[in-house]
Amino acid sequence: MIPGSFEYHRPADLSEALALLGRLDSDARLIAGGHSLIPMMKLRLAMPSHLVDLAGLSELKGVHLEGGEIVIGAMTTQHEIIGNDLLAQHAPILRETAEVIADPQVRYLGTIGGNVANGDPGNDMPALMMTLGANYVLRGAGGERRVAARDYYLSPYETAAEPGEVLAAIRVPLPPVGHGWAYEKLKRKVGDYATAAAAVILTVSEGAITTCAISLTNVGGTALFAADAAVSVVGTALDKPTLARAAAAGTAIAEPAADGRGSAEYRAKMAGVMTARALTRAFARAKS
Amino acid sequence: MSHTNVSMTVNGKSMSAAVEPRTLLIHYLRENLGLTGAHIGCDTSHCGACTVDVDGRSVKSCTMFAVQAAGANVLTIEGMAADGALSALQEGFREMHGLQCGYCTPGMIIRAHRLLQENPNPSESEIRVGISGNLCRCTGYQNIVRAIQYAAAKMAGLEFKEAAE
Repeated sequence: MIPGSFEYHRPADLSEALALLGRLDSDARLIAGGHSLIPMMKLRLAMPSHLVDLAGLSELKGVHLEGGEIVIGAMTTQHEIIGNDLLAQHAPILRETAEVIADPQVRYLGTIGGNVANGDPGNDMPALMMTLGANYVLRGAGGERRVAARDYYLSPYETAAEPGEVLAAIRVPLPPVGHGWAYEKLKRKVGDYATAAAAVILTVSEGAITTCAISLTNVGGTALFAADAAVSVVGTALDKPTLARAAAAGTAIAEPAADGRGSAEYRAKMAGVMTARALTRAFARAKS
Repeated sequence: MSHTNVSMTVNGKSMSAAVEPRTLLIHYLRENLGLTGAHIGCDTSHCGACTVDVDGRSVKSCTMFAVQAAGANVLTIEGMAADGALSALQEGFREMHGLQCGYCTPGMIIRAHRLLQENPNPSESEIRVGISGNLCRCTGYQNIVRAIQYAAAKMAGLEFKEAAE
């Protein structure tokens, strides 16, 4: 499979990339790891006339702490997320999620910025970022703005990013010390998108859940923030009836398409099952 | 569409060819440089038969443009046998019968090479996770895992001992 023709650009820094985007045709596309875009180009579902490669932008790489937030450069790869000690210490759910994305080769090139930015409902990181309450830093010719992950996704492949904007970084508020976490992903095989998946972050005090956030992957046109499911467990010790209520609340908001992974009914049911499993594991990990 | 000159170091040698930006790395290696060791299997970034090493990363070369690898240091299966002597991994695949039809083998060996560089003494499950982006339709993976264990032992100067069943 041979992609359509395009011109290739490799800017040295972000200001050069933004200038290029301002000057080129509107169908110029950014390329990060390329593992969503290149397959689409090979199928000719995408035929950009220009590719602007962000690989040379070292300012978009790396992870650091800043003012109570973890700042993750958009060009940080999934492989680097898995090996990052700062994330392992403060937000280990990132590693747990990155480890179930695709396969080792894809993770060497695939970036966290690409995973969250392109609006593919099958990608795993958007639900995680909703759960964590992350903000996306968008840079454009007019400067910088921040959009909450929970407001970023409009419909499949449609996001709040404007043409000419580049997602430069992800800012994750530091989860509380002792929080519980889990990303539960049901998939048919290594490398598959989720049949359904759930990301949970919670805190526990004296045996009862004090705060909780839950989001779901690949059971709707975008990742889904499961507010009702989260509210239903707060103040409880996650007994069986509570778990069943939370699972039902997860299933209730799921609107998956029927596909090779199962019927719509089955996948919605699995959204609830993943919610319950993620809650159970996160609760067990939380320090009271 | 215009051609651009794309240069990179492949198996220690400086290489160059004029290609279109849309030329995939696997096509650059096979058709422009004549290095046909890396195979095209699925052509959809699933099977791993096209795996090569680019700047210390295992890469599916059907899902990277040659221009993205300009200036990089690339290792393919042709670069594994230094001066004609089999590498520990190649020897392991021969000794442990780690291949049947052989189609996945170049990608499997290049991937295992990077795995052992990062983790010289992997457990069986670490090996299985490590090669999870490479599909083999013949062996059932048992002997591929053994071949990689053989190579890990040999590279550590040890004799390979099979774990008890």
